[in-house]
Formats: sequence, structure tokens, C-alpha cells
Amino acid sequence: MSAGALPRRLGWWYVAEHTWRAMRAYAWTIVMEGIGQPLVYLLGIGLGLAAFIEVSVADGADGPVTYLQFVAPALLASSAVGITMGEFTYVVMSGFKWRRLYWGMNASPVQPQQIVGGIVFAVVVRMLLTTAAYYVLIVAFGAVVDPWTGALMPLVGTLGGLAFGLPLLAYAASITEDKGQFAMVQRFVFTPLFLFSGTFYPLDTMPVWLQWIGWLSPLWHATEIGRSLSYGSPPGAWPVGVHLAILLVMATTGWVLARRVFVRRLRG
Amino acid sequence: MTPVIAARGLTKTFGDLTAVDGIDFEVPAGESFGLLGPNGAGKSTTMRMVGAVSSRTAGDLRVLGLDPDAHGPEIRSQLGVVPQEDNLDPELKVRENLIVYGRYFGIPKAVCAKRADELLAFAQLEDKARNKVDDLSGGMKRRLTIARALINEPRILMLDEPTTGLDPQARHVLWDRLFRLKERGTTLVLTTHYMDEAEQLCDRLVVVDHGRIMAEGSPSQLIRQYASREVAELRFGSDRNADAAARLEGLAERIEVLPDRVLLYTDDGEALLERVTDLGLHPTTSLVRRSSLEDVFLRLTGRSLIE
Amino acid sequence: MTTTTAPAPVRRGGGVRALYAGNARAILMRSLTATKSSNWAVVLSGFFEPVFYLVAMGYGLGSFVGDLTLPTGETVSYAAFIAPGLLAVSAMNGAVYDSTWNVFFKLHFGKLYQAQLTTSIGPLDVALGEISYALLRGGVYALGFLTVMQVMGLNLAWSAVAAVPAVLLVAFGFASVGMAVTSYLKTFQQMDWVTFVMLPMFLFSATFYPLSVYPEPIQWLIKAMPLWHGVELVRGLTLGVLDPSMYVHVAYYVVMVVVGLTFTTTRLRALFLD
Repeated sequence: MSAGALPRRLGWWYVAEHTWRAMRAYAWTIVMEGIGQPLVYLLGIGLGLAAFIEVSVADGADGPVTYLQFVAPALLASSAVGITMGEFTYVVMSGFKWRRLYWGMNASPVQPQQIVGGIVFAVVVRMLLTTAAYYVLIVAFGAVVDPWTGALMPLVGTLGGLAFGLPLLAYAASITEDKGQFAMVQRFVFTPLFLFSGTFYPLDTMPVWLQWIGWLSPLWHATEIGRSLSYGSPPGAWPVGVHLAILLVMATTGWVLARRVFVRRLRG
Repeated sequence: MTPVIAARGLTKTFGDLTAVDGIDFEVPAGESFGLLGPNGAGKSTTMRMVGAVSSRTAGDLRVLGLDPDAHGPEIRSQLGVVPQEDNLDPELKVRENLIVYGRYFGIPKAVCAKRADELLAFAQLEDKARNKVDDLSGGMKRRLTIARALINEPRILMLDEPTTGLDPQARHVLWDRLFRLKERGTTLVLTTHYMDEAEQLCDRLVVVDHGRIMAEGSPSQLIRQYASREVAELRFGSDRNADAAARLEGLAERIEVLPDRVLLYTDDGEALLERVTDLGLHPTTSLVRRSSLEDVFLRLTGRSLIE
Repeated sequence: MTTTTAPAPVRRGGGVRALYAGNARAILMRSLTATKSSNWAVVLSGFFEPVFYLVAMGYGLGSFVGDLTLPTGETVSYAAFIAPGLLAVSAMNGAVYDSTWNVFFKLHFGKLYQAQLTTSIGPLDVALGEISYALLRGGVYALGFLTVMQVMGLNLAWSAVAAVPAVLLVAFGFASVGMAVTSYLKTFQQMDWVTFVMLPMFLFSATFYPLSVYPEPIQWLIKAMPLWHGVELVRGLTLGVLDPSMYVHVAYYVVMVVVGLTFTTTRLRALFLD
């Protein structure tokens, strides 16, 4: 039977198409977040904090690095994570509850697994484009020691975004009533992760009882990989493979959970 | 000819709650079939199972000859679904809503665009094509949702409470459009808790309550079978209705006492009113009307449909 | 002599009395009642953000920065230096959030104002009521944060007590302007522009380091921005460095309040009463 054969294969792609079309409504925000925000951060930190902190805060494989070189991989990774704070929270809740778009897709031949797949794919593309633009900017600011290996940073940042974002997506999809949960995630998960993930100074500067936040933080793992891609790992750093494995486990777990929640909710 | 929908012993439970309790029905191609019942009767759950978005707990179900639990995408690609709550995309323009939705069926963009223009004409929304969805009135949104459900040229159009929440004029415009689809031979399956809607649109319907089918037939058959030709509605005042009804015993084929009025089922309403006056009873208002599906439902369940 | 024709009487839309029923309290009451049934964890969570920043930056970054020498020659710890800045920043964020997102939502989706304005309430009551609520919340957060500063020994002078009214003034200024801007916005997307104005102001505000690290032209630019005045005002009070420039900071915010309220009421009148 030929009816439904195409959607069985390409349903996820149709969902992604729809998501991109919807993103056009806030295209300016996306561009500003992709270029304006990095520019402001790099200028602000480059002209301000970097000028203010006279000592070197960290070493690469070949000795001390500048403050901007130290911070840049963290800023890049956090931009990917930041995207998921919008796309995998209110947008998802709206799809189920306010605008009910997912129920419309659900009545078409497209399967729930393809709906979640298409949403994630569309957001991955947005993260890749944003982090790639970010990368061009940090290279222009001289914040990458080795631009060749550093070019992998957008991929790593996007993986970090997924490691944080997919569990969040599963959570968001399971919420049936808005009681300010996303504001709580913003304040008690996203902000602390941004601040305590060795973003502005090495994680081991913190007392051990605060370092666990970084160990659990996808942002720290993605940042550390980004740093070693840019200026190599100093002695005593965690192996890149460990960081990568943790990110993959987080992202995979989130993906499995998100699929399960979507199927259960749409096919109850 | 095999029916496009065939259910036997169809059952759905959610934990302890039995939403659909072993129902049987068949819908032949080209028929306009209605599920009539109050909120929570199991209509929407039945629609979701037929729409291949909810798996059944027990029984057998065939839609277009296929098992929805195994062939969801194949079935859904030939259905048009108009949900109870609109789920149009407010970030897209009216015409874009149709095109984007058509893509979910794997229809090429050019074909979607051509069909979108035809459907906008059908839904009388041509001059709104470039408007935002939020600019549309409730009736227009419903018409757009119906147009969207037709983008894949479905063999069955399923409508869940299509006119709930619309004003009378918007309802009539919508009924007119649905009637045209019926004339073209589209199979319609709709749920409603409005009697007039069922009488207007359905060739045949089942009355559902507590997940069970209470009766089945065409609207006129059901009225003939479960009600008299006419009904006299008498109001004596809230606290006197019951007393009056007791004195009216034997005057009509059947008497129903509702909180605000007494219903007397009879073949000649005017004659009955005279006999009421002869008894020395003087209702504050009286009205004779033809029996409707509302009366059928009351007879079958002892309850009013809209509570 | 020319003959004068009597000018057609111009109908004036009433003065302030047409806009203000003197009942901003009713609006405030509604907000407080609504807060009761809202998620308390979310309400309280607003307090934690500056605390996280204080711990992360004050102590983490502080270990690389060491102590700072003020222009007066005094040295203070890095945490004591940034804490008042964070207090001003959180006052700004809270006030801007309440007066933009919150008001925008009520204006366009909740239709709350339409309902309120069919009563004897006027637009200025609404504006003042909403702002008072934002200030009340902001004031509670500020007290909380100042308590944390006190416990950590970051309030270096008795003048820190005056930081509470100072923070309220800062919040009042931002809330008034925020509400004025919001009343002109039409879509959620335009709301994002508010964020794009706030971010550079935060990053270039001299919250985390003295203004002197910047080249002179940028210093002037920063001094023109409202946040810098707020940071300097609060910092002077908690560190006990009092000087006449504080009057300038205060004046800056008074102007913001007056301008913001004027635009807000004009706009609300146009939206609802004309």
C-alpha cells in the first residue's frame, strides 16, 4: 500500500520544515542571539573583565593562555545550551497545550517518534549555525589558539546543547500544567550551571563541595573539550574521552526519555 | 461492499476507567455517521481509536480494511481530522497553514499550493489567504481547520464537535459546507452533543452513554422509535412541577419531570393542552413542539444531554 | 480692527483626573491576591539569582582578583565590591521583567487592563498599582540580599541601610521606563529587543570591575547609561563612600521616573480612553 509510505520515511523532515518555517517569525531574535549576543559578550569581557584580571587564570598544553581564550569555548557552548532553554521549554509546552500543534501533526500520518525527531533535528541545525557563527567571531577576536582543531567546537557545543537539552525536552513534554516550572529551571539549573561550570575561572578554583555542579554539568564537559581543541589540555586535566562519553550518555538518555514521553502523551 | 469502518466489541480503558465499553458499529462508504452523547460518553476516545492515534484495549477495529494499531500512517494518510480544539499554527499565515499541513502527508509543495487555493475557495476564505490565523473569527478558524483536513483528499473526514462554541450564523455556514462534502460522497464521521446538528448532518447515528451504544438508526427512525410525534412542555413554577405532573398521570404516553418543566409525550399536543385546562391546571407557560433527538436521549438515559 | 470670530470650543480630554481615580491600591491588592495563589517557589526563586552570582563571581573570580583599592585609598574585598553592583542589577532585572513581560502579557493576552478600565479605575491607577507591586517585590528581594551581604560581612558602613530606598528608586526608574516602552510594543518578538538592550548595559556596567579599565570614550558611554548610576549609588552606600556625585545619580532616576510615567499615562490614555 503506497499511501503513507513517504511519511513513514520522511515524517521527521516535514516536522523540521514546519519548525523552521515557524522560526521565521522570530528570525531577528535568532540572528541577534547568533551574532549580536556573542559580539556583546566578547566585547564586554574582552574590554572589561580580560583587561581587569591581570593574572593568567589557566594553562594550556603550552603554558598560560589569555583570559578571552579561556572563556571563549565556554561562551560558545553556553550559546547552544541557551537555545534549548527556549526551544525545548515553552515551545514544546505550547505545542502540546497552548497551540496544540503536535496534536495536529499527530492526526496526520506522521508518528510521535518522528515529531520529536523533527523538532530535535530543526533545533540541532539552529545550534550548529549559531555555534558556527560564534566560532567565526571568537577566531576573529583571537580567542582560539589553534583554529584548525578548534573548528570542531561547534559540533562539541551542539553535543553539549543536546546533553542539556534532551533531558529538558523530556521534562517539558511531560508537563501538563504551567506552574512556572521553566522559570525554576532557568533560575536553579541553567543559571547555576552557567556560573559554576568553570565558565569564568577553572572549576578547581571552587571548593570541592561546589565542584560537583561542574562534574554534572554538560556545559563544563563541552567547555573542557572545546578548550583542549583550542589550546590543548594542561597536565592533570580529565581525558577528552571521558567528557565526550558523559555528554553522549546524557544526550542518549534524554533522547530515549523524550521519545517515550512523546509517544505516551500523543498515543494515550 | 466492505464498510470503511468496522468495530466489534471495541473497548478502551484508562486504568480503572472504562471509556469505551465494547461497542459495535459499521460505517459504509459515503455515509454520514454520527456519535451522539453527552460529554464524557466516550465519543472522543472512539474517534481517537478510529483516527489511529490511540490503541484499543480489546475488541476488533478495521479502518479502510486495515488494523489501526499496525497501520497507523497508512490509515491516517487517508483521513481528514477536525479536532475539537483548533490547533492551527498562529505563526503561519492562513494559506501557509494548509501547505505546511499538506507536507505531513508527503504531498509535493506545488500540489499543496494548488489544493490550498481550491480549499480556500471552498472554505470561503480566499480573501483571508495572507492574514494571520489570529485575525480570523471562530467560525472562520473552524472552516480553515476543515479545509486543512481536506488537503490530502481524505476518504473519511472525522469531525469532533465541529460547531461547539460557534454562534448560530457561523454554525449554519459550517453545516452548509459539510453538506456539500456529503453531496460529493465524502464519508463523514462526527461527534456532537447538539441534536439539531445530528438531525441536519447525519444519515445514521448511534446514541452513546457511559461508553455504550444505547440506540442506533437514522434520526427520524430514532425519534419514531423512542419518542411520540409531539411534546408538550409545561411550566408550573419550579416547586410545583412535580405536584402537577402527578395530577397529569395518564394524560400522555409518557411524562418526564425536569427541574424547570414537565414534558408530556403525545401524538396530538394541542388536544392534550385542552385536557390539561379541563383538569383545572393552569401552567404559567405551555408549548407544543415536534419531538427531537433530545427527547430520544432523555428517554434512553433519563438525563438531559446538555447539563 | 478685525472682527474676531469666537473659536470653536476645544474639547479637552480632562486633566489628570480623567486618568487617575486615586485608587492604585486596588490594583496592588489584586496583584498581592494573585501572588497568594501563585507558585511560591517561583516567587522566592527571584532572590537566589544575585546570590549565585555573588558566590560564583565574588569568591571564584575573587581568588584571582584579590582586593581592590578604591579611589579613596581604602582596600575592599572583591566580593564587597561587586555585591552592591549585583543588588542594583537585580533591581533592574526585576523591575524590567515586571514592567515588560508581565505587563505585556496582561495587556495583550490576559485582557486584564481592559476589564479594570471599565470600572472607575483610570490608566494611571493601573500604572502606579503595577509599579508599586513590582517595587514591593523588589524591596523584599533587596532586603534579603542585603541580609546576605550583612552575614557575609560585605556591608562596610552604616549607610548601607540607605541602600534599600536607593534600590527602590533604581527599580522605580526602570519600571516606569519599562512600562512606557512596553505600552508601545505590539508583538512578543519586539519584547526580545528589550533583552538586547539590557545585556550590553549589564556587561558594560562596571558591575564586576571599576570603570577605569575601559578606554575613556567607552567610559563616557557607560556613564550615560542608567545602570551605571544605579550601581555607583548603591555601591557608595554599602561601602560607605559618600560624595556629592550621588545627587546626580538620584537625579538621573528621578528624571527616568517622571519621563517614564508621563509616556505611560499618555499611551494608556490613547490605548484605552480615546
